[in-house]
Amino acid sequence: MSALARLAAERQIIICAGPGGVGKTTIAAAIAVQGARLGRRACVVTIDPAKRLADALGLADLTNEAHQVPGAWGPNGELWALMFDTKSTFDDVVVRHAGSEQQAQAILDNRLYRNISGALGGTQEYMAMEKLYELHREGRFDLVVVDTPPTRHALDFLDAPGRLMRFLNNRIFRLLMMPTRASLRAIGVATQMLLRTISKVVGGAIVADAVAFFSAFEGMEQGFRDRAAKVEELLVDGGTAFVVVAAPRRDAVEEALFFADRLMQSSGRVEVLVLNRMFPAFGPVPAGWDPAPGGGAGGAGAGGAGVAALATNLADLDRVASREDQHVAVLTERLPGAPVIRVPFLADDIHDIAGLTEVGRWLFDAGGQPAAPLATS
Amino acid sequence: MDPAPFTPPARVTIVAGKGGVGKTTVSAALAYLAARSGLDTLIVEVEGKSGLPALFGRPDPLTYQETVLMAAGASGPGSAPVRARTLTPDDALVEYLEDRGMHRISKRLIATGTLDVVATAVPGIKDILVLGKVKQLEQLSASGAAGAPDFIVVDAPAAGHAVSFLASAYGLLDAAAVGPIRAQAVDVIGLLGDPARCQVMLVTLPEETPVNEAAATAFHLEDRAGVQLAPIVVNGMWPYLDLPADAAAALQADGLDLSPEQVELLVRAADFRRQRQQLQDAQVARLADMLPLPQLRLPFLFTTELGPADVQTLAGVLGRELAAVGTVGTVGTVGTVGEAAGGAGGSVRP
Repeated sequence: MSALARLAAERQIIICAGPGGVGKTTIAAAIAVQGARLGRRACVVTIDPAKRLADALGLADLTNEAHQVPGAWGPNGELWALMFDTKSTFDDVVVRHAGSEQQAQAILDNRLYRNISGALGGTQEYMAMEKLYELHREGRFDLVVVDTPPTRHALDFLDAPGRLMRFLNNRIFRLLMMPTRASLRAIGVATQMLLRTISKVVGGAIVADAVAFFSAFEGMEQGFRDRAAKVEELLVDGGTAFVVVAAPRRDAVEEALFFADRLMQSSGRVEVLVLNRMFPAFGPVPAGWDPAPGGGAGGAGAGGAGVAALATNLADLDRVASREDQHVAVLTERLPGAPVIRVPFLADDIHDIAGLTEVGRWLFDAGGQPAAPLATS
Repeated sequence: MDPAPFTPPARVTIVAGKGGVGKTTVSAALAYLAARSGLDTLIVEVEGKSGLPALFGRPDPLTYQETVLMAAGASGPGSAPVRARTLTPDDALVEYLEDRGMHRISKRLIATGTLDVVATAVPGIKDILVLGKVKQLEQLSASGAAGAPDFIVVDAPAAGHAVSFLASAYGLLDAAAVGPIRAQAVDVIGLLGDPARCQVMLVTLPEETPVNEAAATAFHLEDRAGVQLAPIVVNGMWPYLDLPADAAAALQADGLDLSPEQVELLVRAADFRRQRQQLQDAQVARLADMLPLPQLRLPFLFTTELGPADVQTLAGVLGRELAAVGTVGTVGTVGTVGEAAGGAGGSVRP
């Protein structure tokens, strides 16, 4: 049983973090499938699954509510999937914290608010964590696996709560909402000039929208702040595990390490590192062979060019394998506490439960040390 | 080898694609190719972090000030330099306001978080500031001013974001913005809509998800940003090897002294490579079905770290592939071009 299999069996929350394009969604779904097979009520929260995987998980209709995925799971096991939607999650949060229906509606109708989900960096990340907290609090699931948004900058993910709070506490706009006389004193000449400039460049309606938004938001900050603190607590809770997913490419490894460093700082741990899409290792070209055409290999015999091609191929694959080994070495050196689990490159994308179960074999059975060389599916 | 002559598709070529497909590498190869043909080339990096300098063997990160990545004459007699700079939204805003005598305000906008409020109230404003600056560079280039680049390569944000990045101008017009920002948006639409001034070169990999995403991005870009698409780059094609169908028999016939284990490994390695070749053939065929754009195929390089020599290799292949698909600029749109994936030669094709 691999370290990841233990997490799938024991933890309440597993967060899959890492750079975009490394197969995080697939890994997250495979972990949830494993949870269900072990007889747990598991839910995978995905952000943007490829269409076929979305179909397999019953997520064809975009929705922010969990759907049950039928399957032969363990006793009492259930698999649920949820396509996370930033806007509706934020709407729920606003409604929950608003003092009245009118206050909620005033915010939901505000043009600035309607843009926040799409335009304010970190909002999607924060709302994903908010949704996670909500699912955890409801207690419907034994295991929630989260696929984190494909952030462009890893910082967005961990700094998201702080960024949103800073935005909501914007001092200048809060000053604008004070009673007129006080605000005239409080708003300095520089700030007035600033606002005049904004109005000139983007139009006065924008400033009016912003003022209306911050007025409508008045009184809700404390609730938001308390909630953000609870979400952050949940992230460092012992029941929560961070799994960093990477691919054996230089840019992906660098970004994964950056993630891992930040996670170590904020939560003190990275439980498992998954290296997805590894190429198989076949070993070096036999000694005395020269893979170049006209070299030693096949030079004299009847095999000719075909044998030279075989040798070239082995040399090519060996170069890829040693490159990947270097990446693994860097990761294990920098993250000594986290076992590395390797998943082979599979010829086709995973698009059904059977495929997720196949990926699961590499994730959970092999203990992180698959027998090389690996075959493609 | 005689380098193929290079005609730039447009004064500005925006290189776009999903993360990890090699956008920056393709940007570097395209810039190298242009510089080798005597075009003074500027690479603009919009995300602020980039492996670009390393590709040219330079250790220092890019800055808002232009840096020379490759000197004039470095890629052959008569070759021009490759320069590069970053162009992040915050930088673009500061410059925008400074150009209008509002230096102090720009610092305050960022320091107080007011920029975040404005950027949220007006989605796309940051993108417009960046594209507005690109347009300014392009106009400088068109005027032939001293020190202006002949050719500008923009290393665009990752795929999904590239669509909103390039569609930001239309979004702003819809949002009823007024004044100078609206004027910027109109200018940017003028740039994006003129194939002689600007084209988008998509980059993808011969794998299922990247192919799907490239096709979706292409249609979105055309529909929502009204931009001309250059031929699409299929990066990371494993060089085609003509492997014997019966590897074990070929090895036996050759009479080499190999252990059964070695034969077994060679046979399995050959099976793997054949599968890989079939997979990529199937994916480029699928891409051609989904997206009627000529394909430029670049080889997968088996090196650990790409460096200047690899950029030179890729630029050579890119030049030949471009010559083989015909003159860029007469490509047409994804909606109208029927002929896809022309029969250009090259080591990455069977």
